[in-house]
Amino acid sequence: MGTVLAPIRRRLFGDALSTALTLLVVAAALVALPPLLRWAVLNAVFRPDAAACTALDHAGACWGVVAEKARFILLGRYPGDESWRPIAAAGLIVASWLAVAFGRIGGRAALVALALPPVVAVPLLGGGFAGLAPVPTELWGGLPLTLLLTAGGMAGALPLGIAVAYGRRSKLPVLRGLLTAYVELARGIPLIAALFVASFLLPLFFPDGVALDMLWRVLIAIVLFAAAYLSEIIRGGLQAIRPGQLDAAAALGLSPWQTQRWIVLPQVLRAAAPSLANSAIALFKDTSLVTVVSLYELTGSLGLALAGDGEWRPFYLEAWLFIAAIYWLGCALLARISAAIPRQP
Amino acid sequence: MHAKQLSRIAVQALIVLAVAGLLALLATTTASHLAQRGIRSGFDFLLEPAGFTLGESAIPLDAGDSTLLAFAAGLANTLRLALPGAALALGLGVLVGFGRLAEHPLVRGLARAFVNAFRNIPLLLQLLAWYFILTDLLPASDAALRLAPGVFLSKSGLALPWWGEAGFEIPEPAGFGIDGGARLTPEYLAMLIGLVIYTAAYIAEILRAAVEALPPGQRLAALAMGMTPRQTFRLVLLPQAWRAALPPVTSQLLNLFKNASLAVAIGYPDLVSVAGTSLNQTGRAIECLSIVIAVYLLLSLAGAAVSHRLERHVLRGGVA
Repeated sequence: MGTVLAPIRRRLFGDALSTALTLLVVAAALVALPPLLRWAVLNAVFRPDAAACTALDHAGACWGVVAEKARFILLGRYPGDESWRPIAAAGLIVASWLAVAFGRIGGRAALVALALPPVVAVPLLGGGFAGLAPVPTELWGGLPLTLLLTAGGMAGALPLGIAVAYGRRSKLPVLRGLLTAYVELARGIPLIAALFVASFLLPLFFPDGVALDMLWRVLIAIVLFAAAYLSEIIRGGLQAIRPGQLDAAAALGLSPWQTQRWIVLPQVLRAAAPSLANSAIALFKDTSLVTVVSLYELTGSLGLALAGDGEWRPFYLEAWLFIAAIYWLGCALLARISAAIPRQP
Repeated sequence: MHAKQLSRIAVQALIVLAVAGLLALLATTTASHLAQRGIRSGFDFLLEPAGFTLGESAIPLDAGDSTLLAFAAGLANTLRLALPGAALALGLGVLVGFGRLAEHPLVRGLARAFVNAFRNIPLLLQLLAWYFILTDLLPASDAALRLAPGVFLSKSGLALPWWGEAGFEIPEPAGFGIDGGARLTPEYLAMLIGLVIYTAAYIAEILRAAVEALPPGQRLAALAMGMTPRQTFRLVLLPQAWRAALPPVTSQLLNLFKNASLAVAIGYPDLVSVAGTSLNQTGRAIECLSIVIAVYLLLSLAGAAVSHRLERHVLRGGVA
């Protein structure tokens, strides 16, 4: 027993500094944990009962706010009697993430599995066919919108990013120069600036009679913004391919196009998977910014749900923790996908 | 000239023509839209009175001052936030990064929890929480929390000892508020705390990855030479890890500058929110947004130049 515990004891109490740190952390835990436990669990109100929550005066958490506002926070202003559609859309996207993260899908099949659900989600949310009531995009919101912008943004940005990365290796200096300018421009500005451009400038660019909803304009901005970052990742991957690979492919009689398609790109995507997943995580978090151009995804619908409601607004922090947990889980799930993509199908 | 070369030139000429044609089309469409809406274009509005003031400003500003001055004040507010933010984020990030690499299991666990919690929640959401805590949960200024002698925290912000009209002043409670010293607004504090913690979590992770990516032989060799673990870390591992960590760390600090634009969401008047206000008042979207884009591109270029010089300095062995 003593030998098993010895290294732990050495690390916790080995010298004066370690001992002091151990005591400090334990003391802080003893001070902080009991009140936290009292607030979060023992004194907390779990029923959606505003009077009981107000009576608590923050001596306990009011988790009732989550029960009361969950529909609005998760689905935004989407019409209530059509709720199954956003739920199904979000379910599809989450299911594809779960399937790739924990299932046996890998390689090309995984990329298709991740790109398809956002494409299916759009008609499902929009309706207007087969008896589905049309729902304008301004009313889409909450978690389905967050997922749609993330999955759709990545699905659009990856092919564009690959094309830009190849374009920047072109022998044509004019093409290289234009693409370099685009990538540096997109990477140099904050996403908010790109969203303002989508909101205020894009409508001016379209000819008369063509009016694109804010959602599509924002998605264009997100795709162009993310593609610049993805192209840098792919470009790095292309540079890491050893020339011997190309020679070997040529010796086997593969055309240049076949070489890229079957030899180079699979290796690049496999090696770049962790960086691509980091970009997906960054995009997932960045979708919260679309609230500044009046699209109410998860973060925006949290504000919308509580802003005008004096009764429930004091319990913002509890509702906030609910959203934060969702984002946290989403990030963890996307991080797992990065480990799954390189697997052979 | 070879046919191949000629065709390359032809293709490039076509690309230039296509891009120029697209730009011309966009320009004429935009011009006709602006004419329909009766919006004049041009940068002359910069010299006209702004017609708005800012909630707080590093440069004193009246509604009668020019729009140009308002933009300058917005930029000054961005810098006033991002420069101390970058320094604090670097400090905290290095501290947490060391914690992540510590032998002490509790310290390592705490540092890990810090990184995991703050990296996986959107920055905007974190800023909203800090702002809620600072404006809704704190006591009013007549019952301000006294953090230290002369340092008071309340709904109206943080009061600090600072040079005022009467020389160096120490804030004191007076009537319904606090008198003297300097005041940091809740908007500024929420932005600063949020940006520093979020960026620090990234910097800590970069530092940990850089140290752990070193070949294990480095550590073993240092230990075999009789160095203590602490000497090994300070004299062998850290100097090498710095070189690998420097480019991603500077890119995080540049991100902090870009993320300062999230100020628009909680009402801190940074450059982007000044541009937004001016855009709403004048309707000159193209002008206002191109100013924002130009300023950020210049900041990025300046940042890239600084980091390039730093890297060369470090690669020459300037840091030990």
